[in-house]
Amino acid sequence: MSIEVVGLTKRFGTFVAITDVSLRVETGELVALLGPSGSGKTTLLRVIAGLEIPDAGSILFDGQNSTDRRIADRRVGFVFQHYALFRHMSVFENIAFGLRVRPRDRRPTRADIEQRVHRLLDLVQLEAMADRFPSQLSGGQRQRVALARALAVEPQVLLLDEPFGALDAKVRKELRRWLRRLHDDLHVTSIFVTHDQEEALEAADRVVVMNQGRVEQVGTPSEVYARPATPFVYDFLGDVNLFRGRIERGKAYIGPLEFDAPGHADREARIATLYIRPHQLEIDRVGNGEQQFRARVARVNPAGPFVKVDLVAEWGDPVRVELSQERYLALALEAGTEVFVRPKDMSIFIA
Amino acid sequence: MMAGTDRRTESRVVRWTLTAVALAFLLCFLFVPLAVVFMQAFAEGVRAYWMALVEPMSLAALRLTALAALVAVPANTLFGLAAAWAIARFDFPGRGLLITLIDLPFAISPVVSGLVFVLMFGAQGLLGPWLIAHDIKIVFAVPGILLATMFVTVPFVARELIPVMQEQGSEEEQAALALGASGWQMFRRVTLPNIRWALLYGVVLLNARAIGEFGAVSMVSGHIRGQTNTAALHVEILYNEYNFAAAFAVASVLALMALATLAAKSIVGRRITQ
Repeated sequence: MSIEVVGLTKRFGTFVAITDVSLRVETGELVALLGPSGSGKTTLLRVIAGLEIPDAGSILFDGQNSTDRRIADRRVGFVFQHYALFRHMSVFENIAFGLRVRPRDRRPTRADIEQRVHRLLDLVQLEAMADRFPSQLSGGQRQRVALARALAVEPQVLLLDEPFGALDAKVRKELRRWLRRLHDDLHVTSIFVTHDQEEALEAADRVVVMNQGRVEQVGTPSEVYARPATPFVYDFLGDVNLFRGRIERGKAYIGPLEFDAPGHADREARIATLYIRPHQLEIDRVGNGEQQFRARVARVNPAGPFVKVDLVAEWGDPVRVELSQERYLALALEAGTEVFVRPKDMSIFIA
Repeated sequence: MMAGTDRRTESRVVRWTLTAVALAFLLCFLFVPLAVVFMQAFAEGVRAYWMALVEPMSLAALRLTALAALVAVPANTLFGLAAAWAIARFDFPGRGLLITLIDLPFAISPVVSGLVFVLMFGAQGLLGPWLIAHDIKIVFAVPGILLATMFVTVPFVARELIPVMQEQGSEEEQAALALGASGWQMFRRVTLPNIRWALLYGVVLLNARAIGEFGAVSMVSGHIRGQTNTAALHVEILYNEYNFAAAFAVASVLALMALATLAAKSIVGRRITQ
């Protein structure tokens, strides 16, 4: 089922949680709502679910206006951040709940319910836990029960609020890959909320970056990462170095350096901020005279797949660079080393 | 909890002294009076005890007390559930006022509560002439007793439920609705099981107070024997008539009910903490 949100606004008292948000999610997509806390992503999810009533705008499921439909009639599966499992029911009963509360004429038979719950338990790899209570499960297991419970009613749309937020780093990585595989098997239109850019970029088909109640950018993970539409998106999706500079007639200047800035062919000079990711900077021990600035190594952290080098630029600002391990060994960097830095790529936003 | 550990924050002497003082206090002010009630009740023999209880006026008093409890307990259980639900789940204008008002019967003397009903519904009261004109008796009649009992027992259930419901939050209820449950299914299958022990605890306390209430009921009763006399009031009348054995016999029934309540309360209380 496709979801379309048009001009949605939601206020809580004087606080405006989301402002004029429009968005389209295609059938079978897995979309991430990404943003810092307070960006309105959870509110947007809850409005789509029917857990909050919007102050303005409408929600369309498969082109049908569903703004005034009750949550029970929307056929959405909702997975809460803290799982919200029924604490007095076993895992089995939790998953069976949505089937048991159906009106008699649409309720499956006992045997049918049993069969479906066991199929779901198998799907989330919790067959052995059917008789346990939520308090006897680990966080990751609870999350999978919550997912199975939501899937039991065969929802047209699956909505997940920070599904891995309360788990430790290793488990959340495993679970998000598992969720991606599950989605590839089931193809239920899904939206999940996260503040973790890595999670969004890895699991989602498309990423919706939100900030202060508005959508900043919508795109595939590679689009939003490689071509951020706004400074906020640039900053939020990974480390970035900011350089104060100016642009003039298609050229960008940082201090004494000059770069081509196609697409900024304005005549007059304007102050601009240049965004350069750590891996877009190249370090050399000797200068080659073009488009390089001088810097001194302040600190080196070689742990991990890339070596992170903190520099102090010749004008005094801190700059971070990421290098491959091989390059790092070849350069033989250590604190105090004088180096030359060359930007390979950048994005320019006029201040 | 401390007993099993090796932590020693006070010296042995201090601990023993404090324990002894507490136990001595309990002995003097709780166990001895309780024992006296039963000793006095049986002072003239088992037969006299039994006759005092089955005497028509005593039976009528016990019946009225049971009636008051039968009315006040369901009424205030329902009110407590509704109020706790509203306060714990929703933010609405007047919410703070409602929380304060629920505690009102705890804050004012029961005698004053009773007096309010007399001033409202009595012959010289606000609604008195209208009630007389329509031949409706509230004060010095059974309705007054029921009203007074209901008033003083308002806080019990709500007080127990509000913190429990606030702590549990509403996410499980939202999950139930998202899974297609109706409002009633959500209440019966999710809300009620989660609050059942706190609810039962509140009901037990509410029942105890409904049975034992004296002050407010005394104001509106008029002490008409066989008609508006509750068990607690009957004890006083018998005592004032120097009919000690009968007074203590009726009192012993109230004491037994209190003991049963305490037993129920401790069992339920243990389930809550589990």
